[in-house]
Amino acid sequence: MTTATVSRWDRFRESFLWYSFKRDKVAIVSFVVLMLMVLAAVFAPLLAPADPYDLAQINIMNSELPPAGLAGSDPAFPLGTDAQGRDMLSTILYGTQVSLMIGFGAVVLQAALGILFGLLAGYLGGRVDAVLMRIADVQLSFSTLMVAIIVGAVFKASFGNLMFGEIAIYMLIFIIGVSEWPQIARTVRASVLAEKKKEYVDAAKVMGFSTPRIMFRHILPNTLSPIFVIATVQIANAIISEAALSFLGLGMPETQPSLGSLIKSGFDYIQSGSWWITLLPGLVLVVLVLVINLLGDWLRDVMNPRLYKG
Amino acid sequence: MTSPLVSIRGLEKRFDLSGSLLEQITFEGGRFRRKKEAVHAINGVDLEVQRGEALCVVGESGCGKSTIARTVMGLLSPSAGEIHYDGQRIDNLERKASLPYRRKMQMIFQNPYASLNPRMTIQQTLEEPIRFHHPDWSPIQVRDKIHEVMHSVGIDPDWGSRFGHEFSGGQRQRIAIARALAVDPEFIVADEPISALDVSIQAQVLNLLMDAQESRGLTYLFITHDLAVVEHFGTRVAVMYLGRVCELADTKTLFATPRHPYTQALLSAIPKLEDDRPNHIRLKGEVPTPVNLPSGCVFHGRCPYANERCRQEVPGLITTDGGNQVACHAVEEGRL
Repeated sequence: MTTATVSRWDRFRESFLWYSFKRDKVAIVSFVVLMLMVLAAVFAPLLAPADPYDLAQINIMNSELPPAGLAGSDPAFPLGTDAQGRDMLSTILYGTQVSLMIGFGAVVLQAALGILFGLLAGYLGGRVDAVLMRIADVQLSFSTLMVAIIVGAVFKASFGNLMFGEIAIYMLIFIIGVSEWPQIARTVRASVLAEKKKEYVDAAKVMGFSTPRIMFRHILPNTLSPIFVIATVQIANAIISEAALSFLGLGMPETQPSLGSLIKSGFDYIQSGSWWITLLPGLVLVVLVLVINLLGDWLRDVMNPRLYKG
Repeated sequence: MTSPLVSIRGLEKRFDLSGSLLEQITFEGGRFRRKKEAVHAINGVDLEVQRGEALCVVGESGCGKSTIARTVMGLLSPSAGEIHYDGQRIDNLERKASLPYRRKMQMIFQNPYASLNPRMTIQQTLEEPIRFHHPDWSPIQVRDKIHEVMHSVGIDPDWGSRFGHEFSGGQRQRIAIARALAVDPEFIVADEPISALDVSIQAQVLNLLMDAQESRGLTYLFITHDLAVVEHFGTRVAVMYLGRVCELADTKTLFATPRHPYTQALLSAIPKLEDDRPNHIRLKGEVPTPVNLPSGCVFHGRCPYANERCRQEVPGLITTDGGNQVACHAVEEGRL
C-alpha cells in the first residue's frame, strides 16, 4: 500500500464536513447568501452607486424618496433615500460592512480572550482555574447589554460626540468582545479538561516540551471544533447586540451608520409613511443573522460526535 | 557490580482524596474534625535498573506499577523518596535542567489510540521531538532521522503525511515506539505497551522492542500484568502487591522457585497446556483498599503463613540462598 502525499484540499474534499455540506440544502443556501452579503459588504465602495460618508454627494432635496416602482421614486435611488437624502442601497451596503466588521471583530476578541483564559484555567487547574472561572461567573451574571450600555454611556460622555463617532466601532468591538468571553472560555476549559488526561499530552510532557507549547500546539488544536460552532453563533449575537445598542443610541453614529443605527434613524419617520428607511435595513439584518444561525446549527450537527456516529 | 542506570530509593506516592480545606472538615461526635484521606499508591519501593537489562514490574490492577512508571518519568512527583539516573538525582530538577534526561529517558504508553495527537500527522509527531532536542540539525538530518526510526519500527516513511487515526492499533504503537526512539534514548519505560493490542500483534511489538534493545543497547523498565510476556522478555522481575515490592529475582529463578507466598499464588494461576499441577493456590479475601493500608506486611490478611509478627512488622527485602530478594518474615524465619 503506497500513497503519495495528499494535499489539504483533497483531504477536505474527502472529509465528513464537505460531504454533509453537499447534502444539506439549507447549509448551501445559507452559505451562498452569507457569502454574497459578505462580498457585497467588502466591496461596498466599488458596488455602491454613492458614498454615504461623503457629504458633498448628498442633497437634502432628495430626502425620503421611495424605492423604485412607487409613486415619486427617482431611478437614481433604486431603494429610495433616507431622511438626509442618502441613497438607501449604498447606505445599506456600507452599513452591512460596519455590522459585519463589528460582529467578526467582537468574536475574534472573544475567542482570543476565551481561548487564552479557558486554556490556562483548564490546563493549569487549581487556583488559576478557580480565580478565572469565578471572574467568568461574575461576568456572566451581568447582562451583556447592561454592561455595554453603562460603558457606552461613560465613553460617550467622556469623549464627546465627535470623538465618539471616530472610535465608536472599536469601542463596540471591545464592549461586545469583552462581555461575551466567558462563553468561549468555559467551552474551551471543558474540552481541555478532557484532552489533558489523554496520553498524547503525557507523551509531550515526557519529551520535555514547555507548558505553553503543550497548551497551544498539542491541546488547543484538539479543542477547536466546539469553538467554531460557538463562534459562528456568537457572530450573529454580536451583530444583534450592536444593532440593539445602536437602536438605543449608544452604537454607531448616524454619519457612519451600521444596520442598527439605520433602523433607528428610520424609526422616527415610520409614522410619516417613509417605512423603507427602517424596513429595508431591518430585512437585511434579519437575513444576515438568520443565515449565520442556520450555518451555526448545521456546523453544530456536523461537529457533534454523537450525531456524527449515530 | 556496576552502578545502576536508574535507581529508585524509598519511593512513596500518595494521592490526596480529601479535596479542599472545607471538604476536609467533618462533624463527628459533637465536634468538628479535620480529616485527611489519601490513596497510598506506592509505599516505600526500592528498585535498581541495571544498564542493558529489561526489568519487568508485575502485579495486579491497582498495585502501583503504572504509578512507578509515571513517577520515574517525572509525570508525577514523588511524595517521598528519590529517583536517580546515572548517579544524578532527577526527581527535583527544574524543567530546563531536566531536558538532557528527557532525551535519555523515554516512555511508551498503554493506549496507542490516545498516545498520538489526533491533529498531527505522523511526520509532525516524529519531527517535533527531534527538532526540539536538536535545534541545530539541518532539515536533511531531521528527515534522515525520521526515515531511520520509521524503517526500524517497520512503518513506511511514505506514510508520514497521514494522521494517527488512519492506522491500526499495532501500527500506532509502532509509531509511538518510533517517537520514543527518535531522540535516541538510553532508557525506556514501557507502561503496559502491548496490553491494548490484539494478541496476534502483541508478539510483533514485543519482538520489535527486543530488536530495538539489541541494536540500540536500550534499558527497559517494563510494566505489565502478563506473566507470559515477563517470562519471554524480562531479565529480572519485580512482583508488586499494594504498593510494595514483595519479590525481586532473575526471571528464570523467579519462575522456577518463587519464594514469596503472593508470587507463588500468582505463578500458580498461569494456565498451562499440560495441567499436571492439581490446583492453583486460591487466596482468600480481596486486595485491601490502599486508602487504609493494613499494618505490618501488606499481604498478611490473605497469607496462609501469616503470624503475629507479620501483622505488626513491615518486612524488608532479604536475599535468599537462591538469589531471590523476598520481603517475607516467613521466608526469613525459615517457616516457608
